[in-house]
Amino acid sequence: MKLTLKIWRQKGADTKGSLQTYPIDGIDGDMSFLEMLDVLNEELIEKGDEPVVFDHDCREGICGSCSLQINGKPHGPQRHTTTCQLHMRSFNDGDTVVIEPFRATAFPVIKDLVVDRSGFDRIQQAGGYVSVNTSGNTIDANATPVEKDNADEAFNSATCIGCGACVAACVNASAMLFTSAKVSQFALLPQGEVEATRRVLNMVEQMDKEGFGACSNTGACFIECPKDISLENIARINREYLKASAEG
Amino acid sequence: MGILSASIAKKVAMALSGLFLVFFLAQHFTINFSSVFSEETFNSWSHFMGTNPLVQFILQPILIFGVVFHFVMGIVLELKNNKARKISYKSYKGNTNSTWASRNMIISGAVILAFLGLHFYDFWVPEIVHKYVESNPADATRYYGELVHKFESPVRTGIYVIAFVLLMFHLWHGFASSFQTMGWNNKFSKAVKGFTKLYAIVIPLGFIIIALYHHFNQISH
Amino acid sequence: MSILDAKIPEGPLDEKWKNHKNSINLVNPANKRNIDVIVVGTGLAGGSAAATLAELGYNVKTFCYQDSPRRAHSIAAQGGINAAKNYQGDGDSNYRLFYDTVKGGDYRSREGNVYRLAQVSANIIDQCVAQGVPFAREYGGLLDNRSFGGVLVSRTFYAKGQTGQQLLLGAYAAMNRQINRGKIEPFNRHEMLDIVIVDGKARGIIARDLVTGKLERHSAHAVVIASGGYGNVFFLSTNAMGSNVTASWKIHKKGAYFANPCYTQIHPTCIPVSGDHQSKLTLMSESLRNDGRIWVPKKKEDAEAIRQGKKKPTELSEEERDYYLERRYPSFGNLVPRDVASRAAKERCDAGFGVNKTGEAVFLDFASAIQRYGKEQAVMHGNHNPSEEEVIKLGTEVVANKYGNLFEMYEKIVDANPYKTPMMIYPAVHYTMGGVWVDYNLQSTIKGCYVTGEANFSDHGANRLGASALMQGLADGYFVLPYTIGDYLADDIRTGEISTDLPAFEQAEKDVRERLEKLINNKGTKSVDDIHKRLGKIMWNKVGMSRNAKGLKEAISEIKALREEFWKEVKVPGSMDEMNPELEKAGRVADFLELGELFAKDALHREESCGGHFREEYQTDEGEAMRDDENFMYVAAWEYKGEPSEAVLHKENLEYENIEVKTRSYK
Repeated sequence: MKLTLKIWRQKGADTKGSLQTYPIDGIDGDMSFLEMLDVLNEELIEKGDEPVVFDHDCREGICGSCSLQINGKPHGPQRHTTTCQLHMRSFNDGDTVVIEPFRATAFPVIKDLVVDRSGFDRIQQAGGYVSVNTSGNTIDANATPVEKDNADEAFNSATCIGCGACVAACVNASAMLFTSAKVSQFALLPQGEVEATRRVLNMVEQMDKEGFGACSNTGACFIECPKDISLENIARINREYLKASAEG
Repeated sequence: MGILSASIAKKVAMALSGLFLVFFLAQHFTINFSSVFSEETFNSWSHFMGTNPLVQFILQPILIFGVVFHFVMGIVLELKNNKARKISYKSYKGNTNSTWASRNMIISGAVILAFLGLHFYDFWVPEIVHKYVESNPADATRYYGELVHKFESPVRTGIYVIAFVLLMFHLWHGFASSFQTMGWNNKFSKAVKGFTKLYAIVIPLGFIIIALYHHFNQISH
Repeated sequence: MSILDAKIPEGPLDEKWKNHKNSINLVNPANKRNIDVIVVGTGLAGGSAAATLAELGYNVKTFCYQDSPRRAHSIAAQGGINAAKNYQGDGDSNYRLFYDTVKGGDYRSREGNVYRLAQVSANIIDQCVAQGVPFAREYGGLLDNRSFGGVLVSRTFYAKGQTGQQLLLGAYAAMNRQINRGKIEPFNRHEMLDIVIVDGKARGIIARDLVTGKLERHSAHAVVIASGGYGNVFFLSTNAMGSNVTASWKIHKKGAYFANPCYTQIHPTCIPVSGDHQSKLTLMSESLRNDGRIWVPKKKEDAEAIRQGKKKPTELSEEERDYYLERRYPSFGNLVPRDVASRAAKERCDAGFGVNKTGEAVFLDFASAIQRYGKEQAVMHGNHNPSEEEVIKLGTEVVANKYGNLFEMYEKIVDANPYKTPMMIYPAVHYTMGGVWVDYNLQSTIKGCYVTGEANFSDHGANRLGASALMQGLADGYFVLPYTIGDYLADDIRTGEISTDLPAFEQAEKDVRERLEKLINNKGTKSVDDIHKRLGKIMWNKVGMSRNAKGLKEAISEIKALREEFWKEVKVPGSMDEMNPELEKAGRVADFLELGELFAKDALHREESCGGHFREEYQTDEGEAMRDDENFMYVAAWEYKGEPSEAVLHKENLEYENIEVKTRSYK
């Protein structure tokens, strides 16, 4: 199939970028979206142009490296699918495909389609852990039973891959779905309870410091999340935050 | 802003002030809707509200504070959110993942705010002047006439209708959203959500009916 | 050639580790503050090591090429993690886990290391649960287990199909806590490009900031390499796109021996290659073989018709199908180990029976499972005479409950409904058992340079059992290295900070810069991927699932020629001083081009078949692997001498005192 690609090109963080048009031919429906970009890059290299830079690594939908706003939607048109697992059969011959980086002030562009998502790391560094040392003397894993429903719910929250699609989709570029998933995982487990107050206050403070917007419950994050992280997490972080604020 | 420095705290403040205004709206609607059925009831309820010192000097200032707080906080959040994405997308399909109402609370809110200006000019300012500046003697029968008089103009009636449509959008998202913001999520959530959506349609629609009723009622007379 | 000493402690097997821990040197807490450790790679092995070392008080610097430690490829592990907890009361023990691992590795791993691995396995689960890793649980609130990879007990802990993700997030969280305390300084989007050796000891690295392109010098008292495996030498593998051998290869070139490079695990159930554009392969959990039947058409004409889309697999009758695993291995059938299943699929496809358009795929069919479950369910519902449709409906429900997410993933990638038409699968490179040679302390042959996780060679022998990779990575990082490295660092308490102005740093940086400049300034015509793909083809065809002397010799000369072509013809756009993924890839492929040759050389020298290494010359009449314990029961550790072809072999003899060496049979 033949496509017209409009791709955001930006030399570096401090330079201005713009959409550039690249016609591409011979695209097979069985190719993944990133393989289609590989084909484009091989052509660009051959012509002596600089290839398009984009983040990617595992290409099986779990590392969270890949991003891309494709035709106005994070990770493209297919639900519950990361860009690396999106296949070209989702497009039609003759389509124009607009490819932009995830946009948020907290995700500055590094080059072309690569953005800096280290804000997510800093949010987790602010409290997304249980303070337990490695010793080999921790209590037996089965000493504290955990209700299955809570364990499953914690797991669901923990499946967040940190790709940033929630921020990219949100009209406010809010990181609430991400932060709430991280807070929820620990809030739902007895191991996380001890530090719950500090955790939620510190993580929310860091989230605000990074410059993400506030949540206005549009629900776009949940729709675009490739891992189906639920909006209940956001209700939970709000609840945890209120509780923590009351406790001081 | 101390206690309101965190984004979640601001959102909770938005939610609480919003819920308060929702509650006020229900009460306002009840009184106004009585005008469709009975001039006397409307007059007597209005007279009570207009002369009761508790309502006048405690509830009224709280209400005004609530309105001002809600919109100031709304603007503060809007500015923060705008800053969170300084460079916008060339291609953005927000309509595929969220409702127009949810993404444009600032627009529906601004229209409602503009309408409130008109509304204050129409009713509240004359009322305050009438009562406290001119110190007219109390008259328990004037309210119905004043109300009906305002809906004579088709332009004003039209503006009211448009504002209530926007209010519908604002409530459609905002009322349900406030529960989520306050972390209220349990087995009743679905029912509550249903109620909020119903409310978001019925109340503004009711106000529209009141406006149109009085407008067309006058033409037909 | 020399005989290597693994420094395995004396004493009975189950007391070696305890005694060793009691006798090695410790560093007092006040002194740890003055000691720096570099950790390269932040997957399970590196992340857990970095966190633990920082908890102990060392100053840790971590390096990863990804934008966050959490994206390391450990995250993609699906099935689970083994631990000898015996929660199921089914007779599991440290010894059994040890035994299964040594046997699974076809008697080519080190007893002492494997027993220690089994001993600390239980601690790993305790530690992870304490960190808030949400393992699967039963309704009683206790941890659930499943069985895995043909062993006789249920000892695999799991978090749905995302166990690696959850464990890595646990290790990453432990790292975050130390980052927050200032004890770990993370260098993300950084790639280690050389090790710096001062007075015979590893004292630092040269790293490139992948955002700015700047070369940086980092010093430390010890360097830990935890950079994973080298499966990407095949170009197509289940590894991440960025997975590479560079860190391991750089230390190899500076004196670390590279052990058993030819031991590679080829996983039988991956989604087949769909065309030349393919960039990577996706694994489908091994559990599918519990219910799926593997087959190809009996007649070549049918295979051809299916390839051309003229026939549908469902149109073939039972008689026209060849369930070759059931035919060849009646007792284990479709559940033979990974290496056996993979080779059998290749054999059929090579013979012309492949079923996708490239001819490299076999069917994995759930129709009989759907029928079987459907009938069972119908009876359970009291329907003793169900219609065909009812059977299919009920059976599909059961299969969907068990494998729904995998079926969805398959459909997403292949665009075919596996409930209706058989899945197509093909083996793919998945894990490398070989790696940098380390002693019992996980120290390489460079003093102060430690290697953990998949990057080392130590625990899996010639074949790795399912759910053991995660166990080894975390065992090394949480429970082994933090002790053993202290023994070495105890001598460094008075060393003080290592200056990065030392001549060794200057020289190393200069060498790295020259190499990068050479790549960037090369006025060639071929892209890095183009050459990488060709290397992959040579590796896959001649050093892949089955190998022979002729092919290996050809591979050695072809890889050498390709390497020369690479340095003449490669074209790297852009500059050094910016984010330049092509330059990163070029550096990695240059290393693969050297490793690939050593890999083939190792495979050629090992004149036996064992585990993942199958030499066609050494097989039984029925086509099964034939080990040669007399001549090859050793670890082959190669010393770098300038060219891969000149590498010198050193041997570490393997002694089995606690286990009887037997032949594996699955007939």
